[in-house]
Amino acid sequence: MKPIDLNEVQEQIDAFAGKKVFIHLETTNGAYANHVNEKAYNVGAFIRNAQVTYEHGKIKGAGAAYRVGLKTENGWVYAEGLNAWELDEKNRLLMAGHDREGRLMVSLEISETAF
Amino acid sequence: MEKHVVVIFPHPDDEAFGAAGTIAKFRQEGVPVTYLCGTLGEMGRNMGNPTFATRESLPEIRKKELQDACKVMDIELKMLGYRDKVLEFEDLSKVSDHLKELLETIKPTLVITHYPEYAVHPDHNALGAAAIDAVSRMDESTRPTVWAQAFMRGYQEILGKPDVVQDIRPFVKTKVKTILCHKSQAQGVLGNVTGEELTEENMEAIALEHFKEETFYTWNFENI
Repeated sequence: MKPIDLNEVQEQIDAFAGKKVFIHLETTNGAYANHVNEKAYNVGAFIRNAQVTYEHGKIKGAGAAYRVGLKTENGWVYAEGLNAWELDEKNRLLMAGHDREGRLMVSLEISETAF
Repeated sequence: MEKHVVVIFPHPDDEAFGAAGTIAKFRQEGVPVTYLCGTLGEMGRNMGNPTFATRESLPEIRKKELQDACKVMDIELKMLGYRDKVLEFEDLSKVSDHLKELLETIKPTLVITHYPEYAVHPDHNALGAAAIDAVSRMDESTRPTVWAQAFMRGYQEILGKPDVVQDIRPFVKTKVKTILCHKSQAQGVLGNVTGEELTEENMEAIALEHFKEETFYTWNFENI
């Protein structure tokens, strides 16, 4: 993955707009958060292969922390803390936020085929 | 002497951190070892440091790491095909049947797995419970011994001291080599385990210094 360039990623988000797409959306601080630090909470959520169509989507932010919002017919898809992206060999838009140690904290992925 | 040892853990690298020294010891004695690995660690958050995996490329990368690790330990590998993080939501009676069938074919004399409810990660607890359930339903005459591994904070205060303490110092090089096969995970997990700031350069030395023993509880089937 490479650091997010706002214009490049916006172009990719636009390319999936109006299409029936599959979403992987995830946030996690790991299954060991509380084990390693008694004061920490284990928190995470993911949804894999949710089917949505968004009328438009935007990427906002600067530096190393970007937000993406996708406006769907009945609601929104939202992710915060993204800092890396790639279009993989299956033409899927992968976006992720990694911490200083390279660990995934958040992920939003868009694909025309199921993950 | 054991005739065949089966290790049942859910993630590629559980075998390395939890039991690689013990496995190396059995292999040196000529005992065959089979690793039944529950998932491919698809949902791991360590992506290498610096990051080289993505959520989508991680399963294939970890599969290769697992195969390499099993080569280092010189053991047989069977991947069970469950998905990381959601194992506890599977029908665990089916998982137990699946394991029982495999165990009845392999006929081990010893099974190593996680101690249910004392192994921190929900996947560990779920697969450990399924494994123990599977073994408990086997015929007593062919039923293998079970060594269960616990590491939840404060586990010894509740369970007492583990009765199986393997001095793995003679095998620490193999253990660390096995850990380092899991390149996407090694640095992140070792950092947690040792509490040290790790770099690619210092992690082997720190790991060699850190691991002295692996401990287990012999499961008492009378208590079920």
